[in-house]
Amino acid sequence: MADLHFLANPARFRRFSQRVLPGLGFATVLMLCACLYMAFFVAPADYQQGQTVRIMFLHVPSAWLSMMGYALLAGLGASLLVWRHPLAALMARAAAPVGASFAAVCLLTGSLWGRPMWGTYWVWDARLTSMLLLFFLYLGHIALSRAYDEPERGDRAAAILALIGVINLPIIKFSVDWWNTLHQPASVTRLDAPAIHNSILVPLLWMAVSLLFLFVFLVLLRTETEIDRRRLENAAAQEEGAPA
Amino acid sequence: MSNHAAFILASYLAAFVILGGLVIASLSARNRVRRELDQRGLAPRGSAPRGVDRKR
Repeated sequence: MADLHFLANPARFRRFSQRVLPGLGFATVLMLCACLYMAFFVAPADYQQGQTVRIMFLHVPSAWLSMMGYALLAGLGASLLVWRHPLAALMARAAAPVGASFAAVCLLTGSLWGRPMWGTYWVWDARLTSMLLLFFLYLGHIALSRAYDEPERGDRAAAILALIGVINLPIIKFSVDWWNTLHQPASVTRLDAPAIHNSILVPLLWMAVSLLFLFVFLVLLRTETEIDRRRLENAAAQEEGAPA
Repeated sequence: MSNHAAFILASYLAAFVILGGLVIASLSARNRVRRELDQRGLAPRGSAPRGVDRKR
C-alpha cells in the first residue's frame, strides 16, 4: 500500500512508468504470440462448439478486462471526488478508452461467435444488453471528461458517471443467474470448479494474463501522456495569463 | 478450420485492428506530446522522443 502512495505523485509515477514500460511491452508481445499459438495450434476443438471455441480465447478475457477497467474507473472516480488525488483524473482519462476498446472486442467477438452457434449476431438478452450498456458508459465517460473547457470539471463529471455506472458490473456478472438468458451461465468464475476442460481452460487463462499485460501497458503509457499533456496545458495557460 | 473459419478469423482480425490501433494511437500521441514539450523546453530528463536534438 505504501508503494501505491509513493506513485500518487505524477512525477514519480512518470519515472516509474518509464522504467517499467519497455520490459512490459516486450513481455506483452512475447506472451501474446505464445497465446495465439496455443489458441490456434494447441487447444483442441470443443465437443459442442467445435472450432468456434477459439473465439472464446479473445471474448472471455476481453469481457473480464472491460469489467475490471470499469471497476478501476470507479475507484479512480472515488479517489478523485473524495481525496482529490492528483493522478486519479489523469489515469481515468487514460484508462477509459482502453476499457472501451476491450468492451468493443468483447461485443464484436461475441457477435461473431453467436452467428454460427445461436444463428444470430445479436439478441437483446440481459447479458448482452448490460455489456452493451457498459460500452456506452465508457463512451459517456470519455465524452464527459472532454466536454468542458476546464478539464477539472470534466474529470469530476466523468467520475460521478463512473460511480453511478458501477452498479452495472454486478448486473453483468449475475444477469445469467437472475434472468433467463440465451447467454450461457458462468463457466470459469464459479464457486465450485470451472466447467471447462483444462486443455481449453489453460490457454484461456494465459490469454487473459497476456491481455491483462496489454491493458496495464496501455494504461501506463496513456497516463504518462496525460501527465505530459496536462503540463503542456498548464504552460499554455500560464503564457496566456502572463502580462505582455 | 471448418466452415466457421471466417467467423474465427474475423474475430481475431477485429481484435487486432481495435487493440493494435489503440497501441499505435497511444504511442504516436505520446511522441507528439513529448515533442511539443521538448520544443517548449519543458521536457523532463530522459523523455525526448527519437529524432529530437535537445542541444539546439
